[in-house]
Formats: sequence, C-alpha cells, structure tokens
Amino acid sequence: MSEALQGVPALGPVGGPGGGAAAGPLAVEGAGRRRALNPSLLIGGSIVLAIVLLALVSYVWTPWPPMRVLPVEPYQTPNAEHWLGTDRLRRDVLTQILVGARTTLFVGLVAVGVAAVVGVPLGILAAMSPGWLGQLVMRTNDVLLAFPALLLAIMFAALYGGSTRVAMIAIGIATIPAFARITRSGALGVMASEYVVAARSAGRSALGIAGRHVLPNVAGLVIVQASVSFAIAILAEAALAYLGLGTPTGQASWGRMLFEAQTTLRSAPHLALVPGAAIALSVLGFNLFGDGLRDWLDPKLEGR
Amino acid sequence: MTDPARDATAGPPGPAIELRGVSRDFRRRRTSLSTPPPVVHAVRDVSLSVARGERFGIVGESGSGKSTLLRLVCGLDRPTSGELYVEGRPVHDQPHRRLRWLRSTLQLVFQDPMGSLDPRMRVRDIVAEPLVAQGRRAGNRERVVDLLERVGLSADAADRYPHQFSGGQRQRISVARALAPDPDILVADEPVSALDVSVRAQVLNLIDEVVEGFDLTLVLVSHDLSVVRHVCDRVTVMQRGELVEVAPTEQLFTAPEHPYTRSLLAAVPDLQTALSGRTARDLAAGVRGQAPA
Repeated sequence: MSEALQGVPALGPVGGPGGGAAAGPLAVEGAGRRRALNPSLLIGGSIVLAIVLLALVSYVWTPWPPMRVLPVEPYQTPNAEHWLGTDRLRRDVLTQILVGARTTLFVGLVAVGVAAVVGVPLGILAAMSPGWLGQLVMRTNDVLLAFPALLLAIMFAALYGGSTRVAMIAIGIATIPAFARITRSGALGVMASEYVVAARSAGRSALGIAGRHVLPNVAGLVIVQASVSFAIAILAEAALAYLGLGTPTGQASWGRMLFEAQTTLRSAPHLALVPGAAIALSVLGFNLFGDGLRDWLDPKLEGR
Repeated sequence: MTDPARDATAGPPGPAIELRGVSRDFRRRRTSLSTPPPVVHAVRDVSLSVARGERFGIVGESGSGKSTLLRLVCGLDRPTSGELYVEGRPVHDQPHRRLRWLRSTLQLVFQDPMGSLDPRMRVRDIVAEPLVAQGRRAGNRERVVDLLERVGLSADAADRYPHQFSGGQRQRISVARALAPDPDILVADEPVSALDVSVRAQVLNLIDEVVEGFDLTLVLVSHDLSVVRHVCDRVTVMQRGELVEVAPTEQLFTAPEHPYTRSLLAAVPDLQTALSGRTARDLAAGVRGQAPA
C-alpha cells in the first residue's frame, strides 16, 4: 500500500503550490497566461491535500493503535481520550478514519490508474484510426458506458468475491469509458490540427504522433477527468464496502465503518456521521478540484 | 548551405514534380438508399510539371481544389486516378511507409502560424522534428540554432514555446522546420494569408531568400494574386478542380487568356479603379460583360 500512497502526491502538484510546474511554460510574461487560482481549485485542492496528509500521518502516528480492540468502553461519544469516540468493537474512531483515508486514496488511485492506462490509449486509437476500428472501439465503449459504475462493480464483486482489490479494479474498469471518451474528443481536435499534418509530412509515424503530439495535448483533459473520476471511485468504494462487497471486516474503510454503524444509528449516530462526513467531504473536494482544474486549464485550450 | 555530395546524386534530370492526369474524388455521405452517394471531384485530370529550381504558383478561390492538390503532391493523400512523380520517383501508388524519402525531399510551410506549431513543444523540438522523425540524432542542436539564425531568429528562441512569438515569427519557425531535413522542394500553402499586411512582405522575402539560398524548388499556393506575382516564375489558375490556365507570371498578369483568370485579375482592387468611383458590384458586372465566350 505504501508505494501507492507515495504516488498520491503526484496528484498534488497539479493543484497545490506546485501548480507552477504545470503552468511553467504557460506563465510567461506578456503572454497574458498568468491566471489567478479560482476558488474551486483552491478549496478543492486544500481538501484533497488534507486527505493526503491524513493518510500519510496515519503511517507514522495514530491516536490509538489502529484496528485494535481497546480495553475501553464501547460506544463512547467524542471526548478528550477519544476525539471522535469509540465503536461497538471498542476501536478508536479517529484512528479508523485516518487509516481509512489510506484505503480511500489507494482505491481511488488504482481505479483511476486502471481507467486512464486503458482508456487513454483506447481514446487515442479511436481518434487516430479512421473507419471501422474507431467505430468498434467507441461503440464497445458506449455499451460499457451504459452500465453504472456501481452496478458493474457489484457484478464483479459477486463474481470474484468482495475485497478491496476486486472493488478497485471493478471501479477502474467501469471508469474506462469516461477516459476513452474524453481522450478521443481531445485527440480528434489534435489530429485535425496542422501541426499533425506537419509531423506526418516530416515523416513521423502514427505512434510518434500519438506520443509526441496527441498525448501531451490531451493531458490537461485527462488530468481533469482523473480528479472527477477519483471522486466517483471514492463514492463507489464506500458504497461497495457498505454493501459488504468491498473492503472486508477487520480493515479500515469509511464505507465499512458506515456499514457497521447502521445497527446503532439511533443510539450512537456519531459512528455513522463521522465516516459519512469524511466521504462527503472528500467527494466534494475532488469534484471541486476537478472543476477548478478544468476552469483553470480551459482558457489556455481556447487561446491556442 | 547546399551539400555538394547531394547535388552529385540529385537523381536524373527532369521535372521536380510531375502530375499526369491526376484526379481525386471524395465520396460524400449517402443521402438516400436508392441513389449512389454523391461524389465531389476535388481535383480533375490535372497534368502539370514543375521544373527543378522553378517557383511555381497555384492560385484559385477557396474550394477550387488547391489544398487537395497540395496534399496529393506531399504524399499525404492518394489520387483516385493518375500518376504523380516527385524527383522522378512515383508517389501516387506508394503506401505511406514507402514514402520516407519524400519526407526529407519535400517540406511544407502552412497557412496558420498558430495551428501549425504544437503549443506543447519547444521551438527546438519543433524545428528538429523532421530530423528526429527521420532518425537523425547527432548534431541536431547545432543545426537548429543554425536554421533559426538563417530565418532571422535568435538562438535563444530555441528554448521558448510557439505562443511566445508573433505570427510572422511563427512562420519563420515554420520555415526553419521545413528547411531542417535539407529538402529539395518547399511547398508553401498560403504562407502569408493569415499574417498582418505589414509582416507579409518580410515572410515572403524570407521564403524568396531561402529558395534562392538553398537551391529549392518552390510550390506556392495562394488566393492572393499579388503574393504569387511577387514570388513566382510560373503560375497556374485553378477552378473547380481543374487547371484553367498555366502561364509564366508576367504573361498571366498582362495577357490572361482564360476568362476566369481575367475575372480573378479584375477582382484585385487597385488604385485606379478605386479612384474611378466604380463599386465592387460594377466591377463584377463589368467583368462578366467583358468576358468573351
């Protein structure tokens, strides 16, 4: 899990202070490209950054040993000892939230990774190959798109048993069409440009054009799609865990916590409220981040 | 800058570009089940030859098939029928992968100074692209700087991005890229029509200069007659996919033979007609009236 989490900050630089990295070639004097970060991007970026930090912190410090049954009273409401209370199994809720953030990010990352690694090349292929092959790719894509991500994930979980791994791969597969679609539409625009004609007449192969021209020029679109899909993946993971098809008992997951809290919804509502709020906040964060990123990148796309 | 070794092996003497009865049809989308899909004849039965070292102009209004013809010559599209030779080698029946030689022999300069340079690439990589695409790696850095200086840009332009340049400068970059693989033929598709009038002359002079200096054959496409007159030795006029007239530039401008050529020439605004108080409508009507059958 640790290697996946080290990958998480890779998303960070796009929105955080490192936004300069993406803006480097664009933020040039006199070109009028320097634009203020919009509120969506700032708020969304901060939430995303906060979740990443929570997950990272959980590796070095948690208020109580994670996933351990403690010699304390169950169903405690938030207090000085346990900031967010304890659950039925006498576990510390804050600790579970922290450790659960890892699961959330890990699932989002793998799901989005699977979707992008498969979807982006498919989209480029569909845009670059004329005629039946492109049609075949896109029609197949449409069929897959017709399945709600969650339904597909439930099917996979039913087939292969519920586990975090099955859940995230299923979510990833269900997200492929979104990536293929957005990539294709961007790639079609690139393929119609004169610099592609120039590259062809310079002797570039199709693969060379895809790598040197199409991919860099659709990267912005893909990054935006990734952050929006991340939010969907988080929600899907929580839903699967809640349905008992995702992360199994004994592992921290916000969806899992929600599931376990439902029997005591009246007597200990905070056990449902806390993970519920965490899920809602992170989905909101990634959505805002994606929207902000889109707005931030868009004028540049037009300005070409 | 011409390479003597290459001159020695410059192939058999003969035209740089030769077209024999070249046509290109496009099939439109079927409009009904009972009738066959309509066909657009973009280029019809065009035969012409461009001599080595010649500056050949193609004029015509939009939709006349200029661009299609150009795509055919560049091997970016294949003719429906007819034969096409560049430097004596066939282009019309070759698959793309067999046209690698053409990619260094013939290079293009495009119309849109914004769209013809990849916004995500540094000028260095843009200019070196034909070299890299043809597998040349060594010495590209120096060559790029040479070329940039040759087209009137400073060496530090190499590290910048296209949007940091003006339209005229971008066309210079485009010319530098076209020169990179040391081509024999330069094809310019409306190279100045997207530029401000004030920088047109500069870019035209640059093209003029490199054609001279690098011993190139030039094919220039334009809808602007004055541009063609400024640069070309010989001109052809295209209308609806056909060549209506081919003539040396001065002859075409002073004694046009075809009525369509005359109407094109008459449509060029000049001071005399403007001062005589005639409106565009009069001009158009007058031209039609004068045109002999």
